[in-house]
Amino acid sequence: MTTSRRELTSTAPLRETMGAYYRSLGDAVERKSAPVAWCTSVGPAELLRALGFAVHFPENHAAMLGASRTANRYLPVAHAQGYSQDICSYLTSDVGAYLAGESPLTAFGLQGVPRADVLVFNTNQCRDVRDWFEWYGRTWNVPVIGINSPRSVGDVTDAEVEDVTAQLEALVPVLEGVAGRRLDNARLAEAIAAARDASSLWEQCLQTAAHRPAPFTFFDGTIHMGPAVVLRGAPEAAAYYRTLLAELEERTRTGVSAVPGEALRLYWDGMPVWGRLRALSTTFSEFRTAVVASTYCNSWIFSTLDPADPWRSMARSSVELFIARSDGPKERYIERMVKLYDVDGIVYHDCRTCPNNTNSRYGMPRRITERLGIPSLVLDGDVNDLRCFSDEQARTNIEGFVEQLADARALASRAAPA
Amino acid sequence: MSRYAGVDSGSWNTKAVIIDDDGIVLGTSVVRSGADLTAAAERSYDEALANAACEREDVTAVWATGFGRTAVPFADGSRTELDCHGRGAAFYVKGPLVVVDIGGQDAKVIRLDAQGQRLSHRMNRKCAAGTGSFLDEIALRLGIETAALDVLASQATEELELSSFCTVFAGTELLTLIRAGRRPSDLAMAAYRSLMKRVIAMDVFEGHVVATGGVVAYHPTMVALLSEAMHAEVTVPPHPQEMGAFGAALAARDGAVSVGPASAERAPIPLAERASDDA
Repeated sequence: MTTSRRELTSTAPLRETMGAYYRSLGDAVERKSAPVAWCTSVGPAELLRALGFAVHFPENHAAMLGASRTANRYLPVAHAQGYSQDICSYLTSDVGAYLAGESPLTAFGLQGVPRADVLVFNTNQCRDVRDWFEWYGRTWNVPVIGINSPRSVGDVTDAEVEDVTAQLEALVPVLEGVAGRRLDNARLAEAIAAARDASSLWEQCLQTAAHRPAPFTFFDGTIHMGPAVVLRGAPEAAAYYRTLLAELEERTRTGVSAVPGEALRLYWDGMPVWGRLRALSTTFSEFRTAVVASTYCNSWIFSTLDPADPWRSMARSSVELFIARSDGPKERYIERMVKLYDVDGIVYHDCRTCPNNTNSRYGMPRRITERLGIPSLVLDGDVNDLRCFSDEQARTNIEGFVEQLADARALASRAAPA
Repeated sequence: MSRYAGVDSGSWNTKAVIIDDDGIVLGTSVVRSGADLTAAAERSYDEALANAACEREDVTAVWATGFGRTAVPFADGSRTELDCHGRGAAFYVKGPLVVVDIGGQDAKVIRLDAQGQRLSHRMNRKCAAGTGSFLDEIALRLGIETAALDVLASQATEELELSSFCTVFAGTELLTLIRAGRRPSDLAMAAYRSLMKRVIAMDVFEGHVVATGGVVAYHPTMVALLSEAMHAEVTVPPHPQEMGAFGAALAARDGAVSVGPASAERAPIPLAERASDDA
């Protein structure tokens, strides 16, 4: 039996879409065709697009460093600058790569990361994004502005939404000054509508994995989410997801599974281990186990974006983001996903340098397992620092978890009445 | 009488066990794993067979476990050490139980229900603290063989604390305490206490506790400290060091389902995969 991952034909248009995006960043720098803004991955991208900025997402760049397994070359460079090995390895690998004068973007004709005219953060994810942007702001002497979001949000309140709405509106004068143009409300509504369209299509793509067998896994999702991240607010993202959705729906109609012989289904919580995507995908596939859904890929679904109520809906999307929530709403969310995708178990990635996107450190796995009777596994690792990841230990943990789930299923089938 | 075999290819030692239909141990062997895991597995298996007074053709099935479980080409199937230590312990002690396995390179806590089904497992993080390697490091600092650590600790009179979380820092702390005139026996006991604290922090210990692995086989002090910390008896089954191999032999006897691919089919971890594969 083959255990190889079944490639999606949409990978070719994905590469074209992403390549065109990276080249557009190069144009902005080389030909001065647009001012350049840096934006955190769940920052106010729609606003920046409406103002005509070319938008660079350094988290995407850091993920490229991780996936290309070059991050570990650059981490010590940033550590030596006083940026600790215990903080975000996205930040440290990205800053280290900049200091080393290297970037995977050179493959798309850029000299390196595009020099920013302004850096715009949103701390709904973590404080590190602000520190990251401030490093570049000091280096280039350009403005660093953003939104200081409420964290550990329980049920979202009007006060929290009003707070972020006001912060979003306060960005406009500075951004208009850098862009050299006034904000056009019609363009903002267009960008929000485009983001909403892409978000809805991306959600439909992800939810095809609720089908048995799943046509798409978390590992596929980490690659195919690219346009949802870097083209948020641009029409190209929705165009790509229409293509992907058509292929996934065809797979579900014809019973094509992402994991040959799918026997078990898992949910992944936490960051990917970018440098081990292929290895982990292969390992799970060998065990006929499909990782069908994840908090991570779902985080680029922004269902509340509304072009008719741009500011408040952008604010609400920011405040209600999974990573910004307290454990109560997070657990309710994961429980809904466990049921929707009908999974046998949950894998939590304890990401060494990303405490904000690690949900296994305050007792959550035990609580969810006790409530739902769904076993869980905690894998130690890191998003970009592979020194924090052990291949053999991960493999034994995964294989042991699969044995546990397979034995429980065999026992249940023996106990079931004939 | 049918015979079954288990081979536990561990990071430090390779163990083999031969059992009969009833799970009675007929022969065992422990050899150094070294760099050639396959050669060590062959040697250990042959030694265990000789101790059981039988030949390879007398064995109905042989299963492998341990970190080198895919490097045992003559195995008919494999299970992780998480499964095999639990399986072996449950043969001797009825559940619900918690199995604590402390090996040379890792520590495991495995929870089993009343039927011996695994409920969960925990492994130590990528770190020597909480494993047998910690004791090796401490013995080195004290200038004695690891095997002598237990006898030394039995002479302890003063309760000392090694406060560091890290094996390297604990070694430095130990040197400071030696220079401060502390007795080696008290330091040896402090090392065991440090190891015990790391292990009991790995999970909640509900149910009968069974300790396995090389550390408990050769360091009764560790068992006594675990028992003291849990306010309960800790059972050490026969052949604690060979418990993984014993569990693998039971898996062979019981015809457990081998979830992983056979060793020849297992794809190597593609360390050299290209960036474009993922992007």
